[in-house]
Amino acid sequence: MSDFFNKTDLSRKDAENIISETLNKCDDGELYLENSKSESIVLDDNKIKNSGYSSDLGYGLRAVTGEVIAYSHSNEISKSSLKKSAENLYSTLKSKNGTYNHEIPKTNKKFYKDTNPIEEKSLNSKLEILKEVNSYTRAKSDIVQQVTASFAGEHKSVEIIRSGGEVLTDVRPLIRFNVSVMLEKNGKKETGVYGIGGRQSYDEYLGCDNWKKVCDEAFRIASVNLDSKPAPAGEMKVVLGPGWPAILIHEAIGHGLEGDFNRKKTSAFHNLMGQKVASEGVTIVDDGTLHNRRGSLTIDDEGTPTERTVLIENGILKNFMQDRLNARLMNTRSTGSGRRENYKHVVLPRMRNTMMLNGKYSQEEMIKSVDKGIFAVSFGGGQVDITSGKFVFNCTEAYEIINGKIGSPIKGATLIGDGPSILKEVSLVGNNMMLDPGIGTCGKAGQGVPVGVAQPSILINKMTVGGTQL
Amino acid sequence: MVKDQEYLKKTASFCINLAKKLGATDSNVFAMHSISETVNFRNKKLDESSRSDNLGVTLTTYIGKKKSSISSSNLTEDNIKDLIERCIETTKVTPEDEFNSLPDKELLATDIVDLNLYDDDHIENNEKIEYLKEVEEAAFEKKEIINTETGFSENKSNFILANSDGFLNGYKSSTFSASCVAVAKDSNNKMERDYEFTSTCHLQDMLRPNQIGKIAAKKTIQKLDPQKIESEKISIIFDRRISKGVLSVLASAISASSIARGTSFLKNKLNEDIFSSSINIFDKPNMIKGLGSRYFDSEGVKSEELKLVDEGVLKHYLVDTYNGKKLNLRSNGRNDGSSNLFFEKGSISYRDLLKLNQRTLYITETIGHGSNLVTGDYSVGATGFMVENGVFKYPVSEITIAGNFKDIFKNITLADDLEFKYSTNAPTMLIEGMVVAGK
Repeated sequence: MSDFFNKTDLSRKDAENIISETLNKCDDGELYLENSKSESIVLDDNKIKNSGYSSDLGYGLRAVTGEVIAYSHSNEISKSSLKKSAENLYSTLKSKNGTYNHEIPKTNKKFYKDTNPIEEKSLNSKLEILKEVNSYTRAKSDIVQQVTASFAGEHKSVEIIRSGGEVLTDVRPLIRFNVSVMLEKNGKKETGVYGIGGRQSYDEYLGCDNWKKVCDEAFRIASVNLDSKPAPAGEMKVVLGPGWPAILIHEAIGHGLEGDFNRKKTSAFHNLMGQKVASEGVTIVDDGTLHNRRGSLTIDDEGTPTERTVLIENGILKNFMQDRLNARLMNTRSTGSGRRENYKHVVLPRMRNTMMLNGKYSQEEMIKSVDKGIFAVSFGGGQVDITSGKFVFNCTEAYEIINGKIGSPIKGATLIGDGPSILKEVSLVGNNMMLDPGIGTCGKAGQGVPVGVAQPSILINKMTVGGTQL
Repeated sequence: MVKDQEYLKKTASFCINLAKKLGATDSNVFAMHSISETVNFRNKKLDESSRSDNLGVTLTTYIGKKKSSISSSNLTEDNIKDLIERCIETTKVTPEDEFNSLPDKELLATDIVDLNLYDDDHIENNEKIEYLKEVEEAAFEKKEIINTETGFSENKSNFILANSDGFLNGYKSSTFSASCVAVAKDSNNKMERDYEFTSTCHLQDMLRPNQIGKIAAKKTIQKLDPQKIESEKISIIFDRRISKGVLSVLASAISASSIARGTSFLKNKLNEDIFSSSINIFDKPNMIKGLGSRYFDSEGVKSEELKLVDEGVLKHYLVDTYNGKKLNLRSNGRNDGSSNLFFEKGSISYRDLLKLNQRTLYITETIGHGSNLVTGDYSVGATGFMVENGVFKYPVSEITIAGNFKDIFKNITLADDLEFKYSTNAPTMLIEGMVVAGK
């Protein structure tokens, strides 16, 4: 755990006094301190391209009254700097009057260990693995034109000091290992990307030659795409594979169920609480408590313990995801969903691990039931317009389905749909739920946070596929 | 106030000297400080104020052809010393790369002509609030508008770039920006959202607040009651918000790193026709008050004006030192990509462009990351309007547009309405032969 008051003229007592004075007439707020170390090691084009290390230290002081947030952050932890921030907050909120809510739930649980992945494995051994990854992948075939492999590791210490001196802390490890392969055959180039990661040491993911599986998968996806034909254009049935394709759930309805958009009534879901928003058999939860998962947190960035929040149960909208501010204004409680990218950003309600739970059908049954459609196995990024509800995501591995059988692979196409209606189009929910491999980052208001997704295979009756073949 | 040049020079020189003492044969350091203050309004009420104070240093050390880097926001001497020691240790174990080096000395920027990129004006939060009130009042004049979110941000920054070959230079810059996002509701309770914004180096050049509010409201209301159309091949017009994206794809695809790695659909296309012969594209780093202007790139190399595409022919890649050495090309000061990148304006008016075809799909927004730089394939979600005989008929949504940039580039007709609102700018653009997927 970092000692934020070592080597500065600001003592813990000073900080507590400034916090309590600043937040005296506010509804909520805290001093958030963060010390993060991160590394990035990249092998590309047969060479180590980058071996970078970064050390970031800073604080964010936040005061909230009514609907108004005042925030000031700096990377200079000193008495003068914190006082300057306090003055800045006061100038925004001086005319407001609130009552500080001291209540915050406590937890003894921990969903990941207090390890430092960067220091646990020597730089040399990481460099060695990347070199092996490169030679292993290139040796797979002479059509391999380019291999990029990377390690990203992070160790983040967080301390939250609330008015009155209450302190909440968390130490968060996070790693990611990624491989990208480009193949070229008969003048046609295609890439395949795969990665793994989570909140544990590198070796938990790389051991037993597990890294080879990542290389194999990246190579396999690129190979499939080499044989792809142009994608169809128009509305058709879509079968989504299990695991990572659940970013459809994340984009299509997850963002629309975040508290802020619903309090502000800009989400297409804001007036649908308690109503049927999905087919029967569709249950969706957002869970921050899965051990070692990328989207898990012991406490959120306001100090609230995370939980398993049921968003949709058997088709009925049950809960939104809330931070403290939006929960207070909507007369409910925080679901431990208050997150920020780092000390430079205000807290927003965000997703953690968003999952559609199992139904009873097999993937084979779904595919058999489709006369003409596509089977989407993996996706790149997605995006949503919260207000209109329209969302997209890009296929990185997909196949046509003809007369109940999987046919040729098709080129990466965008799928577009309408969030509030898509879940009503889900006609079959599979029995093969899978978690994603631990690679997701969600962007909102310029802030990226690590998230997870999971789902079984699902059959969607009607979606627009953005190919070029009419 | 942002830290002055003397402070940043002192920090940068400290790093360069210490790196040398600890065994670096070369080094490069970037030290910066920025302060930004933002006020956000929502439905005519204050929503958020934030102040951001960012200090940071990034150091790259070389030992012969070995290289590594560190960055930190903690500029205490102890911490910097620890980090530089760590950086040197990492450099030692990192394998050699024959192309690693500082830029050639004769390419470094020397004389600097003032481009007026810094405005010392400071606008207090209560003045920002007055501005935003006017924005929202203008937007709410339209009864369909049910929600507005607006923001005003002032940003000042200063930096110093130094290297062990004696380069030591930097400058202040400023940005003032304001935006308005409006939400409108139709009779079926369906909502649409659109926006307008202004972003400039100088306070006085910003759009008037009521213009921003009026435009955001108008654009939002136009989108109400959209239709989904049939899948078809149809000519498409990109609004200026979208047409500039074609240049962003070009810039990524001709970056020396994509070319050297062989992962660009424009590899080996230098001196070949990639656009139709009417197309000229410039990248001009030396525009007065330009949002993408700079005196040199992040390696200190002078950025010259480039005519990237001349009568449809690709004339330059965007070259940095490392990839330049790999490709046997000199750096043209593009380590950070393009600067003020733009199409030369076309010869047809906006109105005439709308009338060129009997039916045209006019695109105002795309969503998704559907540009594949390896293959040139393009497929994104889109919203816009159906235009018939030059007249906007009805809004369109929940469709995708798809094609390949190799074809798109050759089928572009540009209007004469180029303006400099972003760092990358294009006139309204007609593209023939793309496929729309809808019903």
